[in-house]
Amino acid sequence: MRAYVHLALAGFRRYSTYRQAMFAGLTANVVFGMLRTAVLVAAVGAAPVAGYDAASAVTYVWLGQGLLAFVVLWGESQLSERIRTGDVVVDLYRPWHLQAALLAEDVGRAAYAAVVRLVPPVAIGALFFPFRWPEPHTWPLFAVSAVLALVISFGMRFILNCTTFWLLDSRGVRNMYEVSSGLLCGLIVPLAFMPEWARDVLWATPFPYLIQAPIDVFLEQGPQWTVLALQAFWAVVVLAAGNLVLSRAVRKVVVQGG
Amino acid sequence: MVETYARLLVARLRGQFSYRTSFTIEVFAEALVQAIELAAITILFSHVTALGGFEVHEVILMYAISSTAFGLADLTAGQLNELPNYIRAGSFDMLLLRPLGTLPQVMVADIRLKRIGRTLFGLAAMAYALSHNDIAWTPAKVALAAAAPLAGAVIFGSVWVVACAVCFWLVEGQELANSVTYGSNAFTSYPVTVYSGWLRRLMAFVVPGAFVAYYPGLALLGRDDPLGGPAFLGWISPLVALAAAVGAGLVWRFAVRHYRGTGS
Repeated sequence: MRAYVHLALAGFRRYSTYRQAMFAGLTANVVFGMLRTAVLVAAVGAAPVAGYDAASAVTYVWLGQGLLAFVVLWGESQLSERIRTGDVVVDLYRPWHLQAALLAEDVGRAAYAAVVRLVPPVAIGALFFPFRWPEPHTWPLFAVSAVLALVISFGMRFILNCTTFWLLDSRGVRNMYEVSSGLLCGLIVPLAFMPEWARDVLWATPFPYLIQAPIDVFLEQGPQWTVLALQAFWAVVVLAAGNLVLSRAVRKVVVQGG
Repeated sequence: MVETYARLLVARLRGQFSYRTSFTIEVFAEALVQAIELAAITILFSHVTALGGFEVHEVILMYAISSTAFGLADLTAGQLNELPNYIRAGSFDMLLLRPLGTLPQVMVADIRLKRIGRTLFGLAAMAYALSHNDIAWTPAKVALAAAAPLAGAVIFGSVWVVACAVCFWLVEGQELANSVTYGSNAFTSYPVTVYSGWLRRLMAFVVPGAFVAYYPGLALLGRDDPLGGPAFLGWISPLVALAAAVGAGLVWRFAVRHYRGTGS
């Protein structure tokens, strides 16, 4: 167990060294936050749409801009690269479970991201636009929801990266995920804006639990405890699936003598 | 000299066709990026009748011009995203030694034809938008419909060059550049009336984003500018593009003159 704590700390430290990249990423999040706010407020400004008035639309946009970096919606290929080059064999020999170790490291990274990538966009949204703060009792629920979203996101990224064991180049698969996840998880437009059939389909997948679910908890839309329970369910499902994929892959790995 | 570039280009393209499945998936993914933006517009318009004073087909027209222009710019100037890698690895020095311009060299260095996906989707959206809007066609408007995406592509390309030139000073500046280039694409997909204040002034007029799709769109639709701009603004995008290109060329020259290797 102590090893995993150390891994988490290492994850935190490792990402805290990329200052310039952090600042650049944050700037991109803020620019897109401005643009998205303008469009969405233009849509709901005259009359609320699907439960969103201007303040909740603003809150939705800026929370989303922060959460996407916190849960890492795009662009992670570290494990995939190690599988492609064969370095993963070293990782598998280490005295811990590969999936659990990577999760620990990701939790450390996310702790750092919470401070530098999640809080600043939300602060900007709250400072410059009408913002909708939740009741005090919602804060801990939101924190749990955000962490569960992180675990689900990690689980999905882990499975995507593991496809490299079979595909050798998972770029196509990861590409499709990155392109479509923004719409599917409710980052680009709130899920509540979509037609009913689309909502029904999407809420039956893990995608909305990455972004839309924590935002709904924050905005106190819908039953919060049900959302948390479903997030926990999906976290278990994707982690278990990832574990299964990994054990399958390990049986397949051939270590070439060298 | 043209022949040299053509040869470089053909060699790059041939290489990419050898991974056919991967190529097809990537073209599809690029088209999907653009399709998702259209889906977002459609979803918004299922709840409202107008955005910034424009109805759905008018917004789709601006989105379509912007998408096509951005697709073309991405195809040619998108390669500049690799500039930080050239600088970091020192391979930019190699480009300086060759008797060819550095900017065109970077542009054709590794042209990715998969990016054609965006352009193709943009063209399809343009065909849809032009047929679903009530446009009083004249020969001048036909010329404008053809020129607008090209002028827009030059404007986007110039933005790309200037934004990426920052990497000569700030090697990690790629994502900063992205927020200007991809941000401009997002900005120009909607009428500028949606935005307000300094954001509009900056992205529509300092970065001449309003001349990519908004003003040409107004001219095609025969609408007055709700912001009170004169009607001729719809027709001067090619001139704005020319000015932007000259400006970008000067910035690039200035940046390259101040380039010092990373020393590695």
